[in-house]
Amino acid sequence: MPKPTTLLDARAMDRTLRRMADEIVELFGGTDDVVVVGIERRGVQLADRIVALIAKQEGVTVARGALDITLYRDDLQTVGPRPVVGRTQLPLTLDGKRVVIVDDVLYTGRTIRAALDELADFGRPARIALAVLVDRGGRELPIHADVVGRAVDVAPGQRVDVMLAEVDERDAVILADRDAA
Amino acid sequence: MTGPLGKDLLGLADLSAEQIRLILDTAVPFKEISERQIKKVPTLRGMTIVNLFFENSTRTRVSFEFAEKRLSADTVNVAASTSSVSKGETLVDTARNLEAMRIDMVVIRHPASGAPRFLAERIDSNVINAGDGTHEHPTQGLLDLLTLRDHLGDLTGRRICIVGDVLHSRVARSNIYGLQKLGAEVAVCGPRSLLPNAVHELGVQVFDRIEAAIEWAEALNVLRLQLERMQAGYIPSLREYNRVFGVTSARLERASRDLLILHPGPMNRGVEIDSDVADGPHSVILHQVTNGVAVRMAVLYLLAGGRPDLADAAKGGRS
Repeated sequence: MPKPTTLLDARAMDRTLRRMADEIVELFGGTDDVVVVGIERRGVQLADRIVALIAKQEGVTVARGALDITLYRDDLQTVGPRPVVGRTQLPLTLDGKRVVIVDDVLYTGRTIRAALDELADFGRPARIALAVLVDRGGRELPIHADVVGRAVDVAPGQRVDVMLAEVDERDAVILADRDAA
Repeated sequence: MTGPLGKDLLGLADLSAEQIRLILDTAVPFKEISERQIKKVPTLRGMTIVNLFFENSTRTRVSFEFAEKRLSADTVNVAASTSSVSKGETLVDTARNLEAMRIDMVVIRHPASGAPRFLAERIDSNVINAGDGTHEHPTQGLLDLLTLRDHLGDLTGRRICIVGDVLHSRVARSNIYGLQKLGAEVAVCGPRSLLPNAVHELGVQVFDRIEAAIEWAEALNVLRLQLERMQAGYIPSLREYNRVFGVTSARLERASRDLLILHPGPMNRGVEIDSDVADGPHSVILHQVTNGVAVRMAVLYLLAGGRPDLADAAKGGRS
């Protein structure tokens, strides 16, 4: 079995996020009505960084939201409840907003399906886009990302670990075997 | 495989401190759902819950119903007075007939202590005790714990006194078990005729005078005085009860600190609690009601998951 490999180190991650922030502004043709919504947990930290990067580049601080999709999952009765449900914080209405969902890894697409359902309960955004740090392939639903930090084909037996300084004390994206510690 | 609480919620005496903390921690994010414009998440979509009430209770039933509906479960209310129970059907027959219609959970309120456990041992559905006789009212105990924790933080070493008719109160029992498991110091205060004979076996302090209880406690949980207790001779009169044990602003003002005031409702204003206390700045009574929905959502959520029969059905193509 291959040894864990580093897909992105701290500097590469920083560069990647800067490019993603630029691409998000380009995608929307500006920053008007843009809401950056991170998915608990590491998507929230990534959203924070993207908001800060957009502020640095454009001089505009766009709105930020957080989404916990636990209650919208489709596997409660099969795998049981997650230990602790996180918080959802969004502007009271998303009507007419341009929302970009931010997550660390895009895999089956089920998390994003749940996120779209939850966002719909907060209004009718003008547009919803998806930005992910890593797209590892293996989709089970017709979902694609508009902004991708790094695309890599990962076998089902392997996993992608995104580490962020805010939570894990360092920035890195690592490809490891599923049962490795 | 069963969920982190097991199949049923029958009483706080059965739960560990970790399980109680898990329920309270899970309830916190559920509060946010009730603040949304669309107060609903799809978590329990497709589950059927029967609220089986053999005693009248508007507040508890409505609170459970909101919790169920905000999680998208389908609910049916069965009141004993209008059901076949009044035609002589036994509890188990009632429940088995409901189960034959493929339900997932039963929320039961019953005048007999132990009725929920009796039922839980005989049916496959999850059973939630919504108050049984003088035994327990676990979701009321949990919402009291959540409210106390919201205002006092960690309950370890905090001093809480339960005031009133402890003898007949399932709320008191669930509070005592829950508070002690979370490390709080618990006392009771009331006329001796309304305290259990072996009250010391509950591991609580006993105050015969409300003034002493107020001086000791950081929070008072004031129980409802059932008006029929007077007819049964437990107390001489409601007026005398109010004069000796009533929680009044005059008594609270004499205390050296501000006390948090809880009441499980419905209140008898002017008997166990005065209006200016119930509506005063230290009353968290309406906060308890808000927390009740969140705590019940947390219990439903934690009981709903991880059932092997449903997992098999899901593999058969539902997901």
